[in-house]
Amino acid sequence: MDEIKSQQVTFKLFRFNHETDYIPYYNTYVLDITHEEVILDVLNRIKWDHDGSLSYRRSCRHGICGICSIKVNGKAILACKSRLFDLIEIFGTELTIEPLSTKRALKDLIIDKEDFWDKHAQVKPFLVSDIDENPMLENLVLPDDAEKLLEADYCIQCGACHYSCPALEINDRFIGPAAFAAAFRFAADVRDDSSLERLHIVNEEAEGVWDCVKCMECAEACPKDVNPIEKITKLHNMIFSTGIAKNNVATRHAVGFAHSIEKHGLLDEGELVRYSEGNIGVLKHMPEAFEMWKNGKIVMPWNMPKSKNLDEVKKLIKSSSTVKF
Amino acid sequence: MEKLRYALYTGCTARESTPELLKSTLAVAEKLGIELVLLDEASCCGASHLQDYDDFLSLVLNARNICYAEKLGLTMVTICNTCQLNTAMTKHRLDTNPELKAKVNVKLAEVGLEYKGTSEVTHFLYAIIQDYGLENLSKKVNVPLSQFNIAPFYGCHNIRPSELQNLSNGGENPYNPTSLDDLIIACGGNNVDYDAKNKCCGFHAELQSPHTAAVLTGNAISGAMDANADWMVTPCPLCHLKLDVQHHGASKAIGRDVKLPVLHMPQMVGLALGCTPAELGLQHHVTKVNFV
Repeated sequence: MDEIKSQQVTFKLFRFNHETDYIPYYNTYVLDITHEEVILDVLNRIKWDHDGSLSYRRSCRHGICGICSIKVNGKAILACKSRLFDLIEIFGTELTIEPLSTKRALKDLIIDKEDFWDKHAQVKPFLVSDIDENPMLENLVLPDDAEKLLEADYCIQCGACHYSCPALEINDRFIGPAAFAAAFRFAADVRDDSSLERLHIVNEEAEGVWDCVKCMECAEACPKDVNPIEKITKLHNMIFSTGIAKNNVATRHAVGFAHSIEKHGLLDEGELVRYSEGNIGVLKHMPEAFEMWKNGKIVMPWNMPKSKNLDEVKKLIKSSSTVKF
Repeated sequence: MEKLRYALYTGCTARESTPELLKSTLAVAEKLGIELVLLDEASCCGASHLQDYDDFLSLVLNARNICYAEKLGLTMVTICNTCQLNTAMTKHRLDTNPELKAKVNVKLAEVGLEYKGTSEVTHFLYAIIQDYGLENLSKKVNVPLSQFNIAPFYGCHNIRPSELQNLSNGGENPYNPTSLDDLIIACGGNNVDYDAKNKCCGFHAELQSPHTAAVLTGNAISGAMDANADWMVTPCPLCHLKLDVQHHGASKAIGRDVKLPVLHMPQMVGLALGCTPAELGLQHHVTKVNFV
């Protein structure tokens, strides 16, 4: 049998009761833990041996129900899946345990997840299909078609990505990575009849995929490797390929790269802003542009650098483009 | 030590709105005896936006860029986090998917190129740390930055997603990155710790979601100010543009006047190596570098 390794760890534990407390506080526990323990074991030990009033959610203990998600030193984790020794390797022996969203805390590590479920409902996370209720044969999905879901159906709705998304933290209308992954999961399903409707939902300004800041926090946070940002990119692609992309600053910002690369190889930064914003919209950037110009940060159109062998780039854009706007 | 040679993919920003980045990169390389061969043939990486529009096209163009590093038989170094992400992502996808690689190569053959997968792609920050070595660097420091509290700002696309960055960028943990902190220490400076150091600056949503972008920028600068930083340092020119140029909008968005000088990673190293402000292009900053 392997030798049991142990280590002393200081835990700072977030405590708050929204019915009685004005502000949250932290309790500190110094515990000896072993290499076999996960965070959930520590929460259980604190509750059973030290303070029975500690509240947290737990259920399957196998990383599949998604209920025990919390944050340790800012990293979203499943308490039942994250080994303490792994966390010590990243953060050292002082670990701060908090709910996924401190501002949504109800009692200790339990949060009000209503916004998460509302966003999910918004993208219609279910199959819309006119099927025979008493079929004589199975509704088969070919392996190649199942592959198109790209593991989006592995999502366990734990909220780790949702509550790690900085865009959502600032703009509460933003649909967010978990619901986007769900939207993709059904939009990419060959049996689904509502793909286009869902794409329209995620195509809305301020709510949809265009407000993603591309920080990759969602891909990092997901304990199931769903990689929501990949699905967000796919939704962008589908919005263009189905022809429902609106003509607005966000879409022109994406398309403008292709125009600029075709012309110069490199990106014409000034022209991209003008093309995206339009001749009037661009005016609001003038104060900054002036500051940049004063400091030698603006390249004039006649001085725009070009890639060497630009003909290759032009040729490739012609032959490899797969979408039109 | 054998002379280090790399193919330098400058990206667009270093040739346009952050000329000081290219200048300081070349100055630092010269001081350290690193040879950088400029990839003048390279085109824009698409900055994650071309990828939203036409994924296949972005793969072909990025593969073409890597081809030129392969032709030289050199590792490609990047000086922009977003170039790093998109180039390394292209490499990863082509190297792990022979079918996709073949499809891309059909297109590249039209211009007489072939993507093989023989060149590595890494950010200059990690090339300095892993190949040159921090110990070697500190031996070359003749103007230690010991009087400064310096706030590292990592930039998302150098550290996330870790699955990709582990292959190309040295594999530090995105929740507790240390590379830039270690570099500050090697330059003799005092690294300060703050929550926003590994968070997003908002750059990529600036046009379509200006409020979100401005709040993120504000949070970053304000976090560094609260940690008592004299200035910030970043390996990403896009983060730099956001932090250096847009502090007015950021201040308005978060209701606090925030402003700190921000240096590019090679500018900081250059200062410690005794480069002059002009050699590092410090005059190009919008938020004036008032301490040298």
